[in-house]
Amino acid sequence: MYDPTVARLTYRALLGRRRALILGALPLLLIVISVAVRALTGADDQTAADVLGGFALATMVPIIGVIAGTGAIGPEIDDGSVVYLLSKPLKRPTIIFTKLIVAIAVTMVFSAVPTLVAGLILNGNGQQIAVAYTVAALVSSIAYSALFLLLGTVSRHAVVFGLVYALVWEALFGSLVPGARTLSVQQWSLAVAHKVADGNLVTSEVGLTTATVLLVAVTVLATWYAGQKLRSLTLAGEE
Amino acid sequence: MAVDQPTHAAATPAGDQSRIHDIGYRGYDGPRLGRAYARRSLYSQSLRGAYGLGRSVKSKVLPMLLFAVMCVPAAIMVAVAVATKAHELPVSYTRYAIIMQAVISLYIASQAPQAVSRDLRFKTVPLYFSRPIETADYVRAKFAALASALFVLTAGPLLVMYAGALLSKMDFAHQTKEFAQGLVSVALLSLLFAGIGLVIAAFTPRRGFGIAAVIAVLTISYGAVSTLQAIASTQDSDSAIPWIGLFSPITLIDGVQSAFLGGSSAFPGGVGPSHGEGVVYVLVVLGLTAACYGLLNRRYQKVGL
Repeated sequence: MYDPTVARLTYRALLGRRRALILGALPLLLIVISVAVRALTGADDQTAADVLGGFALATMVPIIGVIAGTGAIGPEIDDGSVVYLLSKPLKRPTIIFTKLIVAIAVTMVFSAVPTLVAGLILNGNGQQIAVAYTVAALVSSIAYSALFLLLGTVSRHAVVFGLVYALVWEALFGSLVPGARTLSVQQWSLAVAHKVADGNLVTSEVGLTTATVLLVAVTVLATWYAGQKLRSLTLAGEE
Repeated sequence: MAVDQPTHAAATPAGDQSRIHDIGYRGYDGPRLGRAYARRSLYSQSLRGAYGLGRSVKSKVLPMLLFAVMCVPAAIMVAVAVATKAHELPVSYTRYAIIMQAVISLYIASQAPQAVSRDLRFKTVPLYFSRPIETADYVRAKFAALASALFVLTAGPLLVMYAGALLSKMDFAHQTKEFAQGLVSVALLSLLFAGIGLVIAAFTPRRGFGIAAVIAVLTISYGAVSTLQAIASTQDSDSAIPWIGLFSPITLIDGVQSAFLGGSSAFPGGVGPSHGEGVVYVLVVLGLTAACYGLLNRRYQKVGL
């Protein structure tokens, strides 16, 4: 189910040249902000939860998920070089699974690690906030990667749709329509984080059981469907 | 240069039948439309392309959808204002673009790479420069086209609101003044956003990464700035809020219009920049736009061969 060569190629496509810079800029900004906030306000649990929840989990993790998830397969389909990969004697689901593992690994490294570092800078892991948000980032990296990898195989405008979901659905509708919050990766991962954190600073709209079931279901279904999609992939020309 | 020259036939050995025939190619002697025409064509093609006109149905969907999403809330507000016989629109003209910034960001993120990345990726830029246009013409045409497309996107809903306000017999002079102020603010916004989007797109030829990079720069800078402003607000250091606002495009526009264009600031606590700080805001907006133009010119200096 895991092919090292495909993995190596995907790592190179994701982290080669300038792309690693885009991926690295966001975590760097988070660390800089945390240092600035810590210097301005000192250690404060509420502020730490605000920065980690509002900036790290709500903005940074989805964007890195979009870049890594769609970037793992989108550009190859876009320029047509995916046919060379598909013509190799590899099962299509194996290709998807390998690319998913790579996307998850990249998202985790670029989102969860900086979240932990930022949390430690902000309040030294008071009330387990840093660890809680790191767990949330880890959990949501898996779901986001699977979801956006699927989008990459379905649509040529995967990045736009991914961003619409991440920014408009989760951020805008999530804050206006309460029902939309139930269907949001961010809230599911917050439910897991709520279990880890000590106080009531980390809250979620959904219960832990629902969240876990939905997370697993979305990840498995998206991966399975992406594999199916890749089995019958037709290459479209440039519009 | 090589037409049939029978005089040479004598010099060639007998039996050699090779010669170049005149097969009737003709030179062009019609009017040469020149540089300005090429630039105008590039501008109108890019502007149409930004709304998917003249392209496939699929590529019309997203820009048209975003344009509709921009206009529908304005229409709803007008309808509500007319039905309730209000004397003032629920949202001011200058505030509208700030509220809809996510849509504007998505539009610029999807269309800026569309405008420049494909030319770079498929190496068609040299073909443009084989026409009588210069680097500056290409940059100016693309910049102007994207800025105009953004202006259409942002001024459209304002027009809807203005028309609705006049139809429901709100005060004409007052509404016209606010409408004009709103137009100036969205014009500045269009120039600034088009510049930022084009620079990023021109440096990331792969479309997907271009989109992600544009949206990342716009939303992340806004997210970072508003987080810092909220913290500064809770720390009672209100004087710092306007200075922090200088670091993201949308807060820059917000600052300019709350200082000079009669807008109310969306900054935490409504602390907008004073007139002095507003001058800095205007300078930064104009400087950024000029810097984007300069960067684009530099980018295309060495593209081509």
